[in-house]
Amino acid sequence: MKNFKDAAHLFRLAAVFLVGFVVFLVVRSFLVPRSFGRYGHYRANAIAEIAALPISYAGHQACTDCHSDIVEVKSKGVHKGVACESCHGPEAAHVQDPGSVIPAKLDTSLLCPRCHEVNIAKPKGFPQVETAEHSGGAACNTCHQPHSPAIGTGGN
Amino acid sequence: MDITRRRLLILLPAAAVAWKYVLAGTPEAAPNYHMSEHWWAMLIDIPKCIGCGSCVRACQLENHVPDGYFRTWVERYHVDDWQMEYPKVDSPDGGKEGFPASKETGGKNFFVPKLCNHCADSPCTQVCPVGATFITPDGVVLVDQSYCLGCRYCIQACPYGCRFLNPETKTANKCTLCYHRITKGLTTACCEVCPTGARQLANLKDPNDPIHEFLKTHSVQVLKPYMATGAKCFYAGLDGSVR
Repeated sequence: MKNFKDAAHLFRLAAVFLVGFVVFLVVRSFLVPRSFGRYGHYRANAIAEIAALPISYAGHQACTDCHSDIVEVKSKGVHKGVACESCHGPEAAHVQDPGSVIPAKLDTSLLCPRCHEVNIAKPKGFPQVETAEHSGGAACNTCHQPHSPAIGTGGN
Repeated sequence: MDITRRRLLILLPAAAVAWKYVLAGTPEAAPNYHMSEHWWAMLIDIPKCIGCGSCVRACQLENHVPDGYFRTWVERYHVDDWQMEYPKVDSPDGGKEGFPASKETGGKNFFVPKLCNHCADSPCTQVCPVGATFITPDGVVLVDQSYCLGCRYCIQACPYGCRFLNPETKTANKCTLCYHRITKGLTTACCEVCPTGARQLANLKDPNDPIHEFLKTHSVQVLKPYMATGAKCFYAGLDGSVR
């Protein structure tokens, strides 16, 4: 043990390192969230927090539950693939409280051209009109019923 | 009730297990949803896109995206036959209010909807220094808003330009593939409102998902395949000029 004759300062240094390491472990256990690392190098609870955010668009099924008559008309026309909220906007609040949250009436002269105004980049088979010359500014629902837009189909 | 030594010894392990869950604070948002049964992707059928901008508006309303920033947007391409390498691209306000009449005539013209590709090997998650962005076990790239430092590293790393710094929260923000909707059995807001079905959410782990039939019978492509990001937005009818 001759070589370790004056080694006391080394043990003191080791003790300082050990205390530092323990402090590091204690501080780390407070700073790193509990769910960190459950699936990977991230906080697993963030997944559930994002999943718990509220929705604005209720989804087509929610509309069908109450407005089956209009969905029936729509399903027979060319707009059968268009979801209700595509035109009417987000209605989750209306689904939650149908009595007091009443969806606004839509202005077809603004709404319809978003899809049906002529544009060179649109697919060639898609029905497009130049609204200015097609209707002269009249609202589209003067002639077309939006839920089944072919003339004379009697939709609403 | 007296706490005997026997009772205490029985209670302690139970309390330890309960305390672990208290600390983890697992918020169970969707009890019937199992991450292991899903691997999310999106199918974008370019010949069906009419550039109406419904998806962009719906995304902003659903996810409260600030004006001037986009989690999804639509680009209009104009490609002359003789210079495919130099397409003219415009996207006024992300295509949110549709597209004005084009000045171009002739050539090839089409719309390309874009969003986060939810890459299986995403560059953005690899560069995050704090583990604030990650891919979930069901294949959605998300940002932990309470953990993000706002260093913008991921914004530079994304080869598709799909990320931005939210000016309100000063944290990185991006498409969540409407994770709060798809875990509740709904489709994404953009797919919900798309009037022509140009965008479709797909679960690659579900053998009955219509995407499998589509992928078998159509030629599909991902954006920038040479980046080897494992992108999961599959584009049908994608022109070679699209970047």
